[in-house]
This record gives sequence, structure tokens and C-alpha cells, in this order.
Amino acid sequence: MALRSLFSRTSLAGLSAASRTSSCLDSKALGLAGLAQSRGLKTASLPDLPYDYGALEPAISGDIMQLHHKKHHQTYVTNYNKALEQLHEATLKGDVGTVVKLQSAIKFNGGGHVNHSIFWKNLAPVREGGGEPPHGSLGWAIDTHFGSVEALIQKMNAEGAALQGSGWVWLGLDKETKKLVVDTTANQDPLVTKGATLIPLLGIDVWEHAYYLQYKNVRPDYLKNIWKVMNWKYAGEIYQQECP
Amino acid sequence: MLPSLAKKQTSQFDTRRRASKVVAYFGLKPPPYQLDALEPHMSKKTVELHWGGHHRGYLENLNKALAKDDVLYSYTMDELINVTYNRGNPLPAFNNAAQVWNHDFFWESMQPGGGGIPELGLLDQIEKDFGSFTNFREKFVEAALTSFSSGWVWLVLKREEKHLAIVKTSNAFTPLVWDDIPIINLDVWEHAYYLDYKNERAKYVNTFMDHLVSWNTAMGRMARAEAFVNLGEPNIPVA
Repeated sequence: MALRSLFSRTSLAGLSAASRTSSCLDSKALGLAGLAQSRGLKTASLPDLPYDYGALEPAISGDIMQLHHKKHHQTYVTNYNKALEQLHEATLKGDVGTVVKLQSAIKFNGGGHVNHSIFWKNLAPVREGGGEPPHGSLGWAIDTHFGSVEALIQKMNAEGAALQGSGWVWLGLDKETKKLVVDTTANQDPLVTKGATLIPLLGIDVWEHAYYLQYKNVRPDYLKNIWKVMNWKYAGEIYQQECP
Repeated sequence: MLPSLAKKQTSQFDTRRRASKVVAYFGLKPPPYQLDALEPHMSKKTVELHWGGHHRGYLENLNKALAKDDVLYSYTMDELINVTYNRGNPLPAFNNAAQVWNHDFFWESMQPGGGGIPELGLLDQIEKDFGSFTNFREKFVEAALTSFSSGWVWLVLKREEKHLAIVKTSNAFTPLVWDDIPIINLDVWEHAYYLDYKNERAKYVNTFMDHLVSWNTAMGRMARAEAFVNLGEPNIPVA
């Protein structure tokens, strides 16, 4: 339930003071969410990481994973819930001005929540299959569309490195044409903003907070290394759901 | 032209083989203080990486782009930004040019022992346009905390409306393209504060306001701006 998800498993030594204060904030967020839920509003909650914070080393450091999950993603969740509350009130009151004004906060924080929830599932520790190339129908589709997995990786890395500012680079599936696409989105826009029929298979966060502590400004190194912990199994499952 | 004559001329004046291939149109301006002068509010590591890595990177990419372009290389920086902005449809060189300008402006908007409040004409104008300095500071911090992308926060003097305003821009955009006159700016790209403050942007912004912002520079810029924008008669008390 919501409570359990706020105390994610971590392998880092003990709960530091910093994380203790964050749990206090989390309980405030829980209080707010609880209030909204009692009114029938389905609020968002921070999903558990399916692995420990340090499990993706050395590709992505434990420090980054902890900050990224516990601080950044949690902030998106908290602010989305806040904006949702405000939107609910404004809708009930018929306050169109406020409804429109809240759109950017909902898109940003909601998008951040959606994108990061997919992102955690896109990654896996090496001992759980992270980095293993795709098999089955997805592997075959990649070879058909891009020539090889290496070519796909190169394309995604090039687009990710060239992205100005903050955003995401995606491997997506167009569920109408059944074709694989590589695309980027700015800021926290989900992939669906680039095409209503696009389903994300893999996404790479190229916001600086995703890599700065470890890779500094060398985004290409981060992009090269993240493939070592890429969870192709997850992508394959989504693909097979849409293209059985 | 006789072919033999042409050949002789080119071989006499052909220095291409000897000349180096390096061309540099813009140079990297260092901050007006030592790289560790902003400690402990902005660490030496951050300034070294921000100026030496990011800022230098934009500059080198800009020079590379200009080396390949027969028209753009001839502009000054300000002109270049407006030309590459291309009235809202930016050319690829815009990002690099604008980011070089933005970062130059940023280093100069800070100083060791900065912070506090401005004086004289700038303070008067802030109080006129925002009610009080406290209100301005609140609004500036709020703007910095509510940006939904990488970008910058600016205090500008609006040319048409003839008053100060706080403006948020995303990625590389600069109020220069709207012909407004910037007075100070603050980099809210994550790389500007992540090493020192991690995700705590509020701490970074407050530290900037309390310890880093150079009101001296801002007052100089404001004085210069008043040469271009008529802010009306000064309020001289009558004896």
C-alpha cells in the first residue's frame, strides 16, 4: 500500500539522518494523499525500486540512485498530488482560469512520475539480467528496423547526447503501425506527447540529475554505460503484449 | 589568364600547407575572480567544471560551427544571438552562442562577498516596480523554484514597458532576443548546483541571493540601461 512504498529497501549503511528527515516529509505527503484519497481522488505514490540502490554499480552509482528515487521522483509525486488536489477543487468550483493554470504543473510532475516509474523498471542489476541483449520477437524487430542492437544503441546515444537541456530518449513502439521508433521528449513530457499511439519500451533519463554526480558533464559516457544495466526483458515483455 | 602564370601565382602565395587549421572566433572569458573565490557558497570544483567544462564546451562548439559557416562568423556576439534566433526558429548555432553569452553574464553577475541589497537608482527602481526589495527577492526565488526545465532566471529592464521584470527562460533562451536589457541572471540548469547542493535548489537560490549576487555589477548595468530606456524624471526633493 502507499505506506510500504515510502520506505524503499536500501543497501546503504543504515538510514542516514538525511533519509530520516525525508521519511518525515514523506509522512506529510502521505497525510495529504490520505486526505485526497478519502475524497475519491486517486493520488500517486512513489513505487518501490525492484532492487537495492547500490545494485546498478558501477554503471550508475548508489548515491545517484538514492537521490534520484528518494528525492527527485518523490518530489514529482508530492507535487503531482498537490496539483491534483488543487485541480479537483478548481474543477468543482468551475474556476476555469485555475484549471488551465495548473496544466503545466500536472504535465510536469505527472509526466515526471510516469517517466521515472518506467525508468526504474527499465534498469536491472547485472545478476538479474541487466545488460543482456534482447531475444525473441523484440530482438528480431530491432534487427529488422535498425540493422542490429548496436546500431539502435548508437542511434539512441547520439540522440540522447544531442538533446539540449533536459529530457528523455526513448525506444518506443507505435501500436498502430507496429513499428519501432526512437524519439526524444523535452523536460518531463511522456512519450505519448510525441504521438498518441506510441508506447515506451525503454527510456533513458538525460536530465543532469540522472548522471551528474558520477559522470559530470560527460553525458556520452553515461549513455554508453547505462546499457550495461538495461533491462531488455521488460522491453521484450511489453513488446510481446502489443505484438503477440 | 595564361595557365602557367596562374600556377606560378598560386605556388608563390599558397601558404595553405604551412598555415595551421585552428580558427577561433570567440575566446573564453574567465570569471572576474579566482575560481575558488566563491567558496563556500559555490565550490571551486563546481566553478572549474561549470566554466572549464560546460562554458568552454559551448564556446568550442560555437567556434567549430562558425568555422564552417560563411556568413555567421562575421557577427559580434550580440548580433549573432539575434541572427541565429531567427525570429523564433533558432538555427543550430543559437544554443551555443546564447549559452556562451548567458554564462559570461552569469559569472559577472556574481562576486565574492556578494548578496545583500542594491543601492541608489537600482534599489529605487526595484521598490517602484516590486513594492519592496523583500517582495522582489521572494518573486525571484519563486521563479527559480518553479521552472519546469533547465534554464535561467533573469531580472530585466523591459524596453517597451519601461519597468523591471523577472523573467524565466528555458534552456539557452535569453531575453536579449526580445530586446530587453538583462540586469542579473541565475543559472538553474542542474549542472550549476548539483555538485554543491544536489537536488536542493532552494538552498542554492537562497545562497545566491544572500552571498553571491553582485549588486555592484547590477547597478552598473542598470546605469547603462538607463541610457537606452527613458525611465522618466528622477525624484529630486525640492528644498
